Parts: sequence; C-alpha cells; structure tokens
Amino acid sequence: MADFDAIVVGSGLAGAVAAHELARAGKGVLVVERGNQAGSKNVSGGRLYTHSLAAVFPGYASEAPLERRITHERIGFLAPDAGFTVDFTSDGLRAEGRDSYSVLRAPFDQWLASQAEDAGAEYICGIPVEDLLMEGSRVTGIVAGEDEITADAVLLCDGVNSLLTRKAVGYAGPTPEATAVGIKEVIKLDPQVIEDRLLVPEGEGAAWLFAGDATHGVPGGGFVYTNKESLSIGLVVPIADLLTGETPIYQLLDDFKRHQVVAPLIKGGEVIEHSGHMVPEGGWDAMPKLVGDGVLVAGDAAMMCLNLAYTVRGMDYAIAAGMHAGRAAAEALTAGDTSAAGLQGYVKALENSFVLQDLRQFRKVPHFISGTKRIFDTYPAVIRDFFEKLFIVDSNPTAPVRKAGFAAAKQAGLLNLARDMKGALSSL
Amino acid sequence: MKTIAPITVNVPSLLAGNKYAVDEDHAHIELSPGPSADEFRKLVMVCPAALYRLDEQNAQSFDYAGCLECGTCRVACGNTVIAKWEYPRPTMGVEYRQG
Ligand SMILES: Cc1cc2nc3c(=O)[nH]c(=O)nc-3n(C[C@H](O)[C@H](O)[C@H](O)COP(=O)(O)OP(=O)(O)OC[C@H]3O[C@@H](n4cnc5c(N)ncnc54)[C@H](O)[C@@H]3O)c2cc1C
Ligand code: SF4
Repeated sequence: MADFDAIVVGSGLAGAVAAHELARAGKGVLVVERGNQAGSKNVSGGRLYTHSLAAVFPGYASEAPLERRITHERIGFLAPDAGFTVDFTSDGLRAEGRDSYSVLRAPFDQWLASQAEDAGAEYICGIPVEDLLMEGSRVTGIVAGEDEITADAVLLCDGVNSLLTRKAVGYAGPTPEATAVGIKEVIKLDPQVIEDRLLVPEGEGAAWLFAGDATHGVPGGGFVYTNKESLSIGLVVPIADLLTGETPIYQLLDDFKRHQVVAPLIKGGEVIEHSGHMVPEGGWDAMPKLVGDGVLVAGDAAMMCLNLAYTVRGMDYAIAAGMHAGRAAAEALTAGDTSAAGLQGYVKALENSFVLQDLRQFRKVPHFISGTKRIFDTYPAVIRDFFEKLFIVDSNPTAPVRKAGFAAAKQAGLLNLARDMKGALSSL
Repeated sequence: MKTIAPITVNVPSLLAGNKYAVDEDHAHIELSPGPSADEFRKLVMVCPAALYRLDEQNAQSFDYAGCLECGTCRVACGNTVIAKWEYPRPTMGVEYRQG
C-alpha cells in the first residue's frame, strides 16, 4: 500500500487548490512545497480574475488576502519620446465573481495553503522534490531530501520551471520561444498617493499594460498594478525575442521605470522587492500531456497561461485546473484506477471548461504577437505622429484629421497595416 | 558577439531589499568551462538578477548568490553552457515576502 492516496508537488495556486479538493473528498494527501512557506518562491504580475476562486471558495471576497479590486483598465503604447493610453472604467468591473483583484503571492499563497491544511491536507515545506519514483512508465511517488514517499496519484503543480514533467510525461520543453522571462519590482508608496496618481477611487485599483518602448521595440510588454500600499511594476519578454535585442532584461526594466509616462507613478517610492519568474506563453501548442499513469499535471507546469497583450491570464487557469485535477484524482482513487485512462476525467473536465477552450481559441496569438514586431516599434511611433498632428498647434495651416490619419497609416505601410489587422482579428 | 547596450542600473542595490538564505558551500547552478561569447551573452541578456556579467575586458563572471530561481538561464542555455541547474537545497535560496 502506498504511503498516501495522493501527493501534490508545489503549493502555488494549482497545488493548494488540488490538495484542498482531495482533502475535502476525504483522501489522504501530502503537499510538498520547496518554499519555507507557500508563496515564498512565487511571483505573479498580478491580477487575479476571481471567477475560478469563487468556484472553490465562495466566501473569497471577505476571506482571501486580496489587494485592490481593479476598476480601471489601461493600455499604453509607448514610443521612446511619447505615450498614448486608453483608460476604461465601468461598474461592470465591480460585479462580484466577474471582477478582478491585484494580489501579492506571498500572503495569497499562504492563505490558500491554510485552506488546504484546514481541509485536512498534510504539508511539508522547505524541501524540493528532487525526483520521481517510477515503476516502468508509472509514477509511484517522490524523492524529497532523504525520503522516498509513495502515492497512488502524484499531482505535478510545480510551475513553469518544472524539473519533473520530463520524466513524468515526457515533456521536452519549455523552449525559449514558448517561455517569457518576467522581471518585477514592488515599490512601496502611500495608499493615498497611489490613488491620486492612478486616478482610482479609495480602495480600488488599476491594471496598466504597456507595449512598445516598454521593451525598446522587441516583442513583450510592461505592467503596472496597484496594490494596497505598493505598485507592482515589471516586464514580460519572450526569451527568444529578448535575445534579438541589445538591452538586458534588468536594464529594460530600469529604462521603463524612467519613461516619462511611468516615472511619475513611482516617484519617491522605495523598491522593497526585486523578483524574477518565467511565464509560459506558448499556449496550446506548447503544452505537455496532462496525464500519465499515476500522474496529473496542472497550472504553469502544463503551460496553462495566455498573454493576450491586453491581459495576462495564468492564475485563474491554475486555480481551475487545480480544482479539476483534485476532483478527478479523488474520483479515480475512489474507483481504484489511477492509470492514465483512469485519470482521463481531468482532461475531460478541462475540455469542458474555459481552460482548454480558451487555450485552444487563442492558439495563434503567441505566433501573431511574436511575429508582428511592428506592434512594438512601428505602431507606437505612428500613434505618436498622428496625435502630434492633432494636438500640436502652430502657425502652419492645420491639416484635416483624416489627412493626418492617412499620413500616419501610410507611414506604417497600408499593406502591413491591413495584414496585421487581419492577423489580429484572426488570432484574437 | 552581438553588442549589449550600456548598463546604467545597479541591480545589486535593487536586490538588497530581498531576503535570502545563501547556501555558501553549494552552487545550485554551474556553467560548463569556457562558455562561448555568444552563449554567455544570452545569459547576460536574460538573467533578471544580473548575475552573469561581462567586465570592460569582456571577462565573464557568474555568482549564484542573489539567484531568483526563475530558471530562465536553464531555458535559454540548458542545452549548451548550463551544466547543472537544480533548486537550492532545503530551506535555502530566495524568500519572497511580496511576490
Ligand atoms: C511577471 C509575471 C506576471 C504575471 N501576471 C499575471 C497576471 O497578471 N494574471 C494572471 O492570471 N497570471 C499572471 N502570471 C502568470 C501566473 O503567475 C501563473 O500562471 C500562476 O502563478 C501559475 O500558478 P501555478 O500554481 O501553476 O504555479 P506556481 O504559482 O508557480 O506554483 C508552483 C509551486 O511549486 C513549487 N515547486 C516548484 N518545484 C518544486 C519542487 N521540485 N518541489 C516542491 N515544490 C516545488 C513552487 O515553489 C511553487 O510554490 C504572471 C506571471 C509572471 C511571472
Ligand atoms: S535562475 Fe534566474 S536569477 Fe538565477 S541565475 Fe538563472 S536566470 Fe538568473
């Protein structure tokens, strides 16, 4: 007999939720997390869409350590010497269960882990799982520190930098094309200053994503999220694309912080943390097998993340995938069959949910974004030139708006513009 | 080797706010000896902690203390000059308080 019904590797979002569901179903579950506490190795942007959290924890709004409800959505296009921002706000962004919140992963993941523990999951923290026990192609347990621990099902929720998916399900990735590097700083500021600078009501917040000079024209983007008492600021750049440029990721971040649109937001703030973490961006085509004999893969470890440029989503997918993985593993354990066939319920549940439907729907986005460099260099300059024609008034006769628009479009190349519009429409 | 833009930011001072338990007697990342200039440039470009460095004479250096455990160098050069990439030993490494 195995030591546990199930072992969950990693107590991020997918892992803690999977463990919670297994424990709630009465299964004996052990969570092994390499951080000294859950969350202490984890980084996100981050904005969490609450719908998938609400499905597991209906009382989340008053119980979970959330930062600010995001009620302003901003998208900024930066040229080196100019910036253009769209700002959207709406009461629709305040509807519980359809809203989103900024989160900080250290406190958030600890709360999530405490929910799993309260439901009955056992925890070992501070020790990485180094290896998997196998019998033929079947995963039968883990090796952590001096210990070998067996289980009928092992759930790999160990994130984008999984060192275990290769052995478990034969995953050859992640590749530099399908993975981005994220760099982030948390900058401490007075809550009132945050609200005044970001133009948000008391207690509410903004998500602001940037394209263009945020990455000096290589594909990628910048972000600013408001927390209660800090701003999260950072960049996400596909590794392969970053290598085509000349500026290292940390210098890109420093340059972004100095851009005239960004600098006033963080002025006088203190950097209290500087972090790095990868982001799976390859989408559907970069995913590993989701089940094998005795094993399931969920969240970033399965590359369940989408960067659509106007938003990044991985946290709500990880929570939903963790929920389905935990529930399907519990059912397979009850049925006494945790072979790949016995665990197919997990794949089916994901196929019937937004997780795999979204990943399939937006399958072409990563190729479109990385393949359309004009979004990052040409178009921000075109936008600048158009608005300069509109807003700069001097003693020359004023050209009509349509003429300014046409001149700007021509500068990008009408054919390119048409092609890129078509690409955007067919992938997004 | 393709050029690298001038570096003006002082990353060590930005890392000063982080909490670490540095494992002094065990390197969790190791490079194979004598990485080519092109492969080493990749590491310089991608490491968010600026731990791979080139000095004015283009001499290479790497210090695993300060590692953010992101794995980016593994993905960029795991098939070439990163000879070993493990997670730090139990309880060691970075400890994020914000995340
Ligand atoms: C800079 C950045 C910005 C982002 N912005 C957003 C955003 O705004 N919105 C959004 O929804 N998503 C965002 N994402 C993506 C999101 O953070 C991830 O998709 C999400 O965290 C995935 O959760 P997870 O549970 O799968 O993995 P993780 O949260 O990475 O959890 C993995 C866990 O496994 C542990 N672990 C790993 N290996 C081992 C081992 N061998 N033994 C034991 N434990 C191990 C880790 O310590 C960790 O606790 C962003 C990511 C980054 C890096
Ligand atoms: S794991 Fe990340 S922080 Fe550590 S050396 Fe590699 S790239 Fe740098």
